Amino acid sequence: MIWLTWRQFRGAAVMTATLLVLLAAVLLTTGSRLANDYATGIASCTRGEECVGFYDRFFGEYELPFLASTLVVLILPALVGLFWGAPLITRELEAGTHLLVWNQSITRTRWLAIKLGFTGLVATAAAGVSGLAVTWWSGPLDQSAPEGFALMDPLVFGARGIAPLGYAAFAFALGVTVGMLVRRTLPAMALTLALFAAVQVAVPLLVRPHLLPPVTASFEIGKGNVDGLSMSRDGVFSVILTSAIPGHTGSWVLSSALVDSSGRTVAPAGEHAPIPVSTTSGPCALSGAGPQGGEACMVEINRLGYRQRATYQPLERFWPLQWIETGIYALLTLALTWLSFWWIRRRPS
Amino acid sequence: MSAVLEAHGLGKRYGRRWALRDCTIDIPEGHVAGLVGPNGAGKTTLLKLATGLLEPTTGGIDVLGGRPAAGPAQLARVGFVAQDTPVYAALTVAEHLRLGARLNPGWDAALARDRIAALGLDPGQRAGRLSGGQRAQLALTLGLAKRPDLLILDEPVASLDPLARREFLQGLMEATAEHRLSVVLSSHLVSDLERTCDYLIVLVESRVQVIGRTEELLAGHHRLTGPRHDPAAPLLDGQVVSARHTERQSTFVVHGDLPGLGPAWTASPLGLEDLVLAYMDHSRLEAQR
Repeated sequence: MIWLTWRQFRGAAVMTATLLVLLAAVLLTTGSRLANDYATGIASCTRGEECVGFYDRFFGEYELPFLASTLVVLILPALVGLFWGAPLITRELEAGTHLLVWNQSITRTRWLAIKLGFTGLVATAAAGVSGLAVTWWSGPLDQSAPEGFALMDPLVFGARGIAPLGYAAFAFALGVTVGMLVRRTLPAMALTLALFAAVQVAVPLLVRPHLLPPVTASFEIGKGNVDGLSMSRDGVFSVILTSAIPGHTGSWVLSSALVDSSGRTVAPAGEHAPIPVSTTSGPCALSGAGPQGGEACMVEINRLGYRQRATYQPLERFWPLQWIETGIYALLTLALTWLSFWWIRRRPS
Repeated sequence: MSAVLEAHGLGKRYGRRWALRDCTIDIPEGHVAGLVGPNGAGKTTLLKLATGLLEPTTGGIDVLGGRPAAGPAQLARVGFVAQDTPVYAALTVAEHLRLGARLNPGWDAALARDRIAALGLDPGQRAGRLSGGQRAQLALTLGLAKRPDLLILDEPVASLDPLARREFLQGLMEATAEHRLSVVLSSHLVSDLERTCDYLIVLVESRVQVIGRTEELLAGHHRLTGPRHDPAAPLLDGQVVSARHTERQSTFVVHGDLPGLGPAWTASPLGLEDLVLAYMDHSRLEAQR
């Protein structure tokens, strides 16, 4: 049975293996140079500002391959579900060959177990290997990535570590199960894509933030979390916060807002937060604006009791979150697999 | 003699439609049994129930004394050639034989090889490029080389031209004689079964109309022609299968002993085709009542 499974699958497997080897070759040859550039760049910068400049330059240089490799890892599980999962059973049902193979001296359950196990393992391994290879390759880039491309950001998180493994297994099982229920290849592929995309959007938005209880903490106002200070025409002074939090670089910030001394939210990050402070005299006076004046003004704002309150998942939780999320996808995969075995026993032919 | 196929009150319902109803049959070992009936009569349903591809809604079915598809051992004893004889289009003829060898412990490699050679099939040819007749022969070879005790074929010749049809049935007959296996074969054409079957099941409108050895059925039915007599009762009570009337004449197909009706009536034997047609008529009359 393994022979038959391999015989039916080998075209797709050989093609995928070729592409993966190609990807691996590109990553290997560019990866060492990338690591070198990073090491020399870090060694040559001494002050923090210089290093920030290096980070920006370095990341800018590799931005395109960074995005491309991340995209490959994100898309691979969907392709696995679409082109390996969905047709696995429907192709047999459409050609009627299930009637041939189900009447050899092998039970349907065993037939499904081998087909699912063999193809599923190859699919999961392919996604896992490419995920880990890209994780290794982009290590230096993940260190220097700007906000929005950092390791904990939803899209990058899903293309690093072991999560792609879980996604691929789930997408494959989803494709197979949908195929069994729909019984037609093309509709099954379309439905698999729609369902998988929905899950991949829902999990980072609704599930991942709560996998571990997020940390909520208050931070003093400073250069690390202020986007700008401004004054409107009618003289109202306001602060605009970023969603970065000082001292916790790389955190996945779920919410950030300016709160006053009583803990009341003034405005969320990115919006003007009006602060009742004199703009005609004192540290926040208009005449005093400038780098020096700005710092004094922030000290004043802190003195008045204003703080940034942020809810976030710190970078140290990258691996715990990866394991938990992969575990959840593994459970979903098991449930779908159980469903497909139930189907083949109860609703055949 | 044990039964190769034994069903009691067997029924299968799809939603609200019964595909097969209250089917009680008992096919003894060692026959080539023909299952005949119009399209949609429930032939495929019955055969899929016999191979365990479907689960019955009511009643039960035993094949060679076991539950259909209950396990590898039961599967090994029953061969099945499905309607339109599906094969893997991308696999070659030789790969199909390899598939059979890998999936069947009792695989008869010599039989398979010899049959393919005798048919003149190129082992390197992809099955998708075979003609309909060749594909059917390949499917039959897979079914035979598995060395089952019972081979079930669902409309194996329906899509074949007359020559391929004859060759296929001839090959089947030879193999049946050589390996002493029982066969259940369905068709909607009586002519396909006439030369091959020594046992007959007529299935119409999801019900079994008549079942028995072909020769006994033929000996037990007659055509009676005589003066118009509509309705048939009380002249012929309870044994009329079908009745046709013209202005002056009535023709009945009756089963059982011939009643003495006088010189105005002539009795003649029936052919298999007439017999089956009479039962199809019978079913229509029943339905109209």
